[in-house]
Amino acid sequence: MNPVLARRLVGAGVLVVLLALPWMINPYAISTVSRILVFALLAISVNLLTGVTGLPTLGQSAYFGVGAYTGAIVATTVTAVGPVQMLLAALAGAVAAAVTGPVAMRARGVAFLMITLAIGEIAYTAAGRLDPITHGTDGFSGIPPVVPLPGLPPLVIDGLVYYYVLAGFLLLYAVVAVLLRSPFGLALRGLRDNEARLRAVGYPTTAFALTIYCLTGALAGAAGSLWTSAQRFVAPGDMGFQVAALALLAVIIGGLGSMWGSCVGAALVVLTRDYLGGYVAGHGPLLLGILFVLVVYLLPRGLAGTSWRRGSGRSRSRQEART
Amino acid sequence: MTAALELRSVSQHFGSLKAVDDVSFSVTAGSRHAVIGPNGAGKSTLFALIAGTRPATAGRVLLEGRDVSGMREHNRVGHGIVRTFQHSSLFLGCTVLENVLLAAGRRAGTSWSMLRPLRRYRELQDTGHALLDRVGLEDRHAARAGSLSHGERRQLEVAVALACRPRLLLLDEPAAGMSPAETARFSQLVRELPQDVTVLLVEHDLDVVFGLADTVTVLHLGRHLLTGTPADVRASSEVQTAYLGAADSSDLFVEEPS
Repeated sequence: MNPVLARRLVGAGVLVVLLALPWMINPYAISTVSRILVFALLAISVNLLTGVTGLPTLGQSAYFGVGAYTGAIVATTVTAVGPVQMLLAALAGAVAAAVTGPVAMRARGVAFLMITLAIGEIAYTAAGRLDPITHGTDGFSGIPPVVPLPGLPPLVIDGLVYYYVLAGFLLLYAVVAVLLRSPFGLALRGLRDNEARLRAVGYPTTAFALTIYCLTGALAGAAGSLWTSAQRFVAPGDMGFQVAALALLAVIIGGLGSMWGSCVGAALVVLTRDYLGGYVAGHGPLLLGILFVLVVYLLPRGLAGTSWRRGSGRSRSRQEART
Repeated sequence: MTAALELRSVSQHFGSLKAVDDVSFSVTAGSRHAVIGPNGAGKSTLFALIAGTRPATAGRVLLEGRDVSGMREHNRVGHGIVRTFQHSSLFLGCTVLENVLLAAGRRAGTSWSMLRPLRRYRELQDTGHALLDRVGLEDRHAARAGSLSHGERRQLEVAVALACRPRLLLLDEPAAGMSPAETARFSQLVRELPQDVTVLLVEHDLDVVFGLADTVTVLHLGRHLLTGTPADVRASSEVQTAYLGAADSSDLFVEEPS
């Protein structure tokens, strides 16, 4: 079968399953799927930086948290309308990235990773201390149920909240997919492959890197507001090192550079931690560790970078698996 | 007539090492100008100074009479100074066509566009295919640059540089590692470039240099030795000394008094 057609069929099949899920599984499970979708968006933002642009990051959790708290503040003080919360959360994420990004832009590679780690840790600590804004380590509660569009009733059933999160997920997924196919998306891959050469063909490479940093900050921020809508509770732990590390893990499992890979990776990580972890008396992190070791040994290029056809045996290139 | 490029006392010092020391010469518009010199003469460093890859320690670089000394590398590309690299420097994870489109898209002003698929830029795609056709890589356009042979990568280097629409093209040892057939093809490609493109090349293969260049500059130990026609350079005793060592080599073999 034509590979493009095959991909579209698989995509359509996944979409049908996602739409039918609330009728198929119980409310607790559906809220887990909501969390997976939000976490997948965070993983996509990490992948945009790490896999596509070649800037490994542990700092996206900071902008995720900024978005989550912004969503919570907007929901309690301004409006319960979800899209407004999401828009403002994205804006807050972008602004936070624009303020902190220039520090990280001074470095590349492991040094960049370390600076983003510091940004994430500072944000986490700040969230625990800034009681008047974040309600400190007690967490931000009392968030009203989300209203999907003005005039509609607030969503209190898990299945309906799930549809709101799914709509946000599909919208943002589509935006990133378009971005990756654009000339700007190509410039990002050029930046990953060879920054010196990109400069030599006339690109102000730091400006491009800073721009994608802000855009991924906006994406993480928007994901944060969906998190707030789904959980109706935000705590500093939602933006800690663990979140950043798991997002990076999801991207590595999925295959650097691949969008669908990041999503599948995110699903595996969340299911292993929250679902399978329950069967082994809360040893979820242990299972995650085993999962990580298995993936690194068996699929060094991740799910999307591996050829699954029998007999070919060789891993496909990152470039072919980039969408 | 203003020179395409003029260097006024440019220097690049790394600590006490003078890699390029007070070099001045100018390149006539439309010429095919070669820079030669033994290893360590400062040729590649000189290129980096002209392209803006690193700022000069001292001196001025003028492009068509305009001082570009303080300009960053990516801005110089916008003014028409485009370089290739001594060792192939490409976007290995991208396809051959994408390599060219990255350069062409920057020139066409589409590089910041985020919401329109690259496929829909018909004119840009046509430009890219035409350039690949010109360097003989059109049948490889969908291959990953990382899977190209060494010679093909050199060809792609040239296509990427041409996609930047250079007015001054800097070729850093373009024939290095090429087979004789590839070298011939490459020389032909340079000859076919329009006359309004000035070419400055560094090359070790003197057959290529004397086959292409109308003017030759010789560097030696970071200093400017001579600029002249190929015939002048061949005839110069200074150049022979620089390449072959001192005519009087007796001091190399002085026996230690025991």
